[in-house]
Amino acid sequence: MSADIYLNVAVSGLLTGLVYGLMALGLSVIFGVVRVVNFAHGEMMTIAMYLAIVLFQSFGLDPLVMMVPIAGVLFCFGYAMQAGLINPFINRPEHSQFILLVALAIILVNVLLMIFGPDARSVQTSYSYDSFAFGRLIVDATKLYAGGAAIVVAAALFAFFKFADIGKAIRACADNYTGALVVGLNVKHLYALTFGLGAACVGAAGSMLTLIIDVTPPLGPQYTLLAFVIVITGGLGSMPGALLGGVLIGMTEALAGLLFTPSAKSMFAFAILVLVLLFRPQGILGKRAS
Amino acid sequence: MRRLAGGISPRAAGLLVALLVALIAAPYFANDYLLTVLILILYFAYTGQAWNIMMGFAGQLSLGHALYVGLGAYTAAALYVHFGIGPWIGLLAAVPVAMVAGAIIGFLAFRFGVAGVYFAILTIAFCEFARIGFDHVAYTGGSAGYFLPVAQYGHDDLWNLRGRPVMFYYVILALTAVAFLACHLMLRSRVGYFWRAIREDEEAARALGIDTFRYKMIAVVISAGMTAVAGVFFAFYYNNLFPEQVFGISRSIELILAPIIGGIGTLFGPVLGAFVLTGLSEGMTELLHALGFDVPGAKQVFYGICLLVVIVVLPDGIWPWLSRRLGLERRP
Repeated sequence: MSADIYLNVAVSGLLTGLVYGLMALGLSVIFGVVRVVNFAHGEMMTIAMYLAIVLFQSFGLDPLVMMVPIAGVLFCFGYAMQAGLINPFINRPEHSQFILLVALAIILVNVLLMIFGPDARSVQTSYSYDSFAFGRLIVDATKLYAGGAAIVVAAALFAFFKFADIGKAIRACADNYTGALVVGLNVKHLYALTFGLGAACVGAAGSMLTLIIDVTPPLGPQYTLLAFVIVITGGLGSMPGALLGGVLIGMTEALAGLLFTPSAKSMFAFAILVLVLLFRPQGILGKRAS
Repeated sequence: MRRLAGGISPRAAGLLVALLVALIAAPYFANDYLLTVLILILYFAYTGQAWNIMMGFAGQLSLGHALYVGLGAYTAAALYVHFGIGPWIGLLAAVPVAMVAGAIIGFLAFRFGVAGVYFAILTIAFCEFARIGFDHVAYTGGSAGYFLPVAQYGHDDLWNLRGRPVMFYYVILALTAVAFLACHLMLRSRVGYFWRAIREDEEAARALGIDTFRYKMIAVVISAGMTAVAGVFFAFYYNNLFPEQVFGISRSIELILAPIIGGIGTLFGPVLGAFVLTGLSEGMTELLHALGFDVPGAKQVFYGICLLVVIVVLPDGIWPWLSRRLGLERRP
């Protein structure tokens, strides 16, 4: 009996972790190419979550379907942010970039607070309380759908970077900034595109997460931190690493919530982060920086 | 005296003396509200100065400085509540506790070669770890908060830091002045030059024979210890401590905005930044209140926009620009 609980919680953590992983994938892509740490990442996710909630409450549109247009909106937002604000900061010191993004994060959280107020909001779909039973394993339908969708989106992004010409060009920028300029790539445009893609990931992830958790404006900073923990655990700049890190952190949090108290679960995520930073600073799947 | 005045131009020294005199005289003119704002400004000036040692002088970006404030605050508060030990003796415990925490983080990071963004995130991780940890420590109240006994005091009890705002004002003014002086002396000492060498180019500094590990450790430990003093002040001034509000990431960000906006690595930067930011924040509250536009979040949005404008227009902060305009730069 008790083993079943652990299995169920672990699987639930794994599925949530996949969505976390998709969110962190956005951060990892942005850092891997643009070399800017997006301190407004969680805040961008809350924007997507509120979009999903508004679409659902006003028009009854399902967040899993709306994931696509919401990712599109976030793409445009991310593109504009990089092209307008962050590109001039590319060669500035880290603390300068940090303040820029923190200022953006403060603005985003509080604009959301002004519009939606501090109350938690959630989405109740027709399948919110459905579940599937696989033998003794019981899985929430929402988590299964969200986890599956996260894998699909991540796979599409992998394929884009692997096969599409623009994807290859972006990887070229990441590998060698000067070299990319020399062969005539429009690096600024590609950076903006990358930031847009990262934002689209977080948009899709946010849209799915509305099925799993309630949204409030202060969720933003929390999820920014969570995304950091995940990408550093998996390897900053490594795409499979972000997904792996997401799953690892998702399962750790779920099991820690069961074994200890739910309020202490993030402590274990941070403990893992500290251990990874000390013993494998490049992350589990990251390459050593040269 | 020459050592003290070294490196500061006569005009800057004049400005400094004028500022100090104005601040000493301020309680005779300011009402209670203005006095609490001034206390807040000086608090951020002091903590900014302490953070600046690590980032501005030695180039190590810490985004988890709330950890040292919190450790200092909780240590002194626990000693006072459980054992009746006053804040000045409490300092003797609070400062070493924070110094040890700083030394542990510094040792782990510098030994294992964690640098740059990774170092910054490591400091956040320790701070978050402490926040959630203190939520579960029943001895210091846990998430329900830790309260120092408050009573109406007719007189100022400096020894136990119980009294009116004026007393707190002079305490924090003294701390800020001492921190300013200490930073000035450190900058002109051997350690200060080593720090700046490390900040500019760590490899080159090492090639010149500077023990970079040792000097980075010194920077972290001094900065942590100084920040803990602010934590003790925080505990006795506010009389209540909540892990969420003491160790929260937004607290750490708050602490470092003043020196960055004022001008990183400068002596006047943290002080100027604290005046500008706290003034801006309080002014905005008043303005929005007067306009009847009291929507939660509105103030922070404007605050964020101001921050954005400053960092876009003046990437080095306000002080380097201002001192050039005022002709305060010391001519070689």
